[in-house]
Amino acid sequence: MATEVSTALAPRQAPARRQATLPWLREHFFADTGNSLATLILLALIAYALSSLFTWGVQLAIFQPDAEACRALDHAGACWGMIAEKIRPILFGRYPHAEQWRPALVLLLLGGMVIQTFRRDQHGWPTLIAWTGTLLLSFVLMNGGVFGLKFVTTAQWGGLPLTLLLAVCGVALAFPLGILLALGRRAELPVIRGLSTIYIELVRGIPLVSVLFLASFLFPLFLPRGMTVDVLLRVLAGFSLFAAAYLAEVVRGGLQAIPRGQIEAAQALGLSYWQIQRDIVLPQALRAVLPSLMNNFISTLKDTSLVTVVSLYELTGALSLALTGDADWRPFYLEGYLFIGAIYWCLCFSLSRYSRRLEIRFSAGHLTR
Amino acid sequence: MHRSQRLALLYQVIAVLALLGLGFWLVSTTAANMQRQGIPSGFGFLWQPAGFNVGEGGFPFAAGDSYWRAFAAGLANTLRVSIFAIAFTTALGTLIGIGSQARNLLVRSCCAAYVEVFRNVPLLLQLLAWYIFLVQALPPITEAWQLGNLYLSKCGLSFPFFVWQDSHWGWEIPTRSAFAIGGGASLTPEFIALLCGLTLYSAAYLAETVRSGIEAVAKGQSEAAAALGLSRWETLRHVTLPQAMRVIIPPATNQCLSLIKNSSLAITIGYPDLVSVANTSLNQTGRALECISLIMLVYLTLSLAAAALLGWLNRRMAWKEP
Repeated sequence: MATEVSTALAPRQAPARRQATLPWLREHFFADTGNSLATLILLALIAYALSSLFTWGVQLAIFQPDAEACRALDHAGACWGMIAEKIRPILFGRYPHAEQWRPALVLLLLGGMVIQTFRRDQHGWPTLIAWTGTLLLSFVLMNGGVFGLKFVTTAQWGGLPLTLLLAVCGVALAFPLGILLALGRRAELPVIRGLSTIYIELVRGIPLVSVLFLASFLFPLFLPRGMTVDVLLRVLAGFSLFAAAYLAEVVRGGLQAIPRGQIEAAQALGLSYWQIQRDIVLPQALRAVLPSLMNNFISTLKDTSLVTVVSLYELTGALSLALTGDADWRPFYLEGYLFIGAIYWCLCFSLSRYSRRLEIRFSAGHLTR
Repeated sequence: MHRSQRLALLYQVIAVLALLGLGFWLVSTTAANMQRQGIPSGFGFLWQPAGFNVGEGGFPFAAGDSYWRAFAAGLANTLRVSIFAIAFTTALGTLIGIGSQARNLLVRSCCAAYVEVFRNVPLLLQLLAWYIFLVQALPPITEAWQLGNLYLSKCGLSFPFFVWQDSHWGWEIPTRSAFAIGGGASLTPEFIALLCGLTLYSAAYLAETVRSGIEAVAKGQSEAAAALGLSRWETLRHVTLPQAMRVIIPPATNQCLSLIKNSSLAITIGYPDLVSVANTSLNQTGRALECISLIMLVYLTLSLAAAALLGWLNRRMAWKEP
């Protein structure tokens, strides 16, 4: 009896898509009457919005710094020439014109450090030292007075470098305090727990504006006679004290996620409280709440815009400063706000995308969508 | 007592003593500084006539009334804008959060785009942009847009409302005269800008919260509901949302509190809320300590009251095991 050996055919390539174009369109856009109506209405609205935006922002807009042509437009078109004319006061505030290479260099340094930090996976002491060095170098560059650099008072610092310095230094200073507060709130000693809770709830209950007023008006009264502290350092101190309370709550969430067995096992091994926190609890806790920490940093970056109320002219305030004194360009605030909004949006959006990437990398199975 | 208990007691006593010492040093230094600089102290200034006017709001304030009435008017303005903003935010945020789960790809994308745009730009910038936009885009009062009995112009929105005329409440309709629109009630552009800015910003956060709450409900629930023949809308209303509430409410209460605190940014667009009034009083009387502590006290009370109210709501909605 002859047996036939059959050879299997090679498997066919799987189709690239599960649905052809028309069924896909129907399912996603025109599933039923209501959906079709919604699609058509939204398309009409989006088309109208985009076309009027295009007319205002591109077609009728003026791109040269020509004040008369802009005024002749009478808001029918955007005056992007204002940005071209005023970009240096907007980006650098009241910094002296000849020395503006220094804040530009600070921007490059900070940007480079941020990109480097985001590219590498492992961070340890070298990263910390690199960041501390970068921040110190930035302060020296902005301040001047050494190495032949001209001295510039902090009242003249402004624009984007001030925003970034406030955000990074604020979070850097708030971090140790926030961790201590979070540990204190979970401590067994009732006095420490009470004091930490009171501080956190007090600071979280008041608006940032009032903390900035406190830092700006009241800190000089708290200091002994003859001692003055720079306005930027005062505002930075107030800002950090405020951010520390919110950071403490985020870290506390991470601490609550550590199983109690870890701490008990460490205690059985004879580790002291601080050794347990430093080597076992905090590394796990901080990694668990990394997305929330990034959200907190994004919020802090947005909160830096509030220092305008205490006369520190970071990016938002620098625009007011650039336009208020100049009658030629004063009608064109909206273009300025759109420009600054785009800068903030790019910064915050890229940070939130990076936070998403971190969350996926560190989630290891318990991902929150 | 065990050694560890004695150590714990020692640490706490040191902490309390250090805090008391710091407190005494702060108070004495501040008192000395204030005396040296001739800054008066005390809350007596609240009964002196205020040197400024609180332009808007329902609280009756005439020029020359005392400072505490100014503070009360500022507080009324803060509450007025906060309550309306919370109401609109809840409606808009819930709509967009539910829309992010829609079957229609365009609706989902629009909701996601809305959240990404309005969350990543600082609130201060949005408020300023809204204010400038309203002042630029709206017509002057002589050419106000009219829709029925509503008038919209650079000077705000006028609408018919109850007005106290000759010792009785009457329904008054705004009428257009040569240079102004009189009668009825009106909302200033500052109020409208603050309301729009706060609502759109907070609604983006609330939409994210609602979205994550809906996604936290087990997928099997909606699948079982679909197997039972419920439509998507019925599933959402009867199955998904009630379960999503207990995940949504705690972050949502935090966002309500944030909204109340964010209303303090009104100072930058000239809306006379509590912080703005306190800032003007501070500049006029020089009583920095009193004014700032008043702001903090009022906001703390508001935060604690709102937290208590919403904690009660949370307990009501909590998951009751059968």
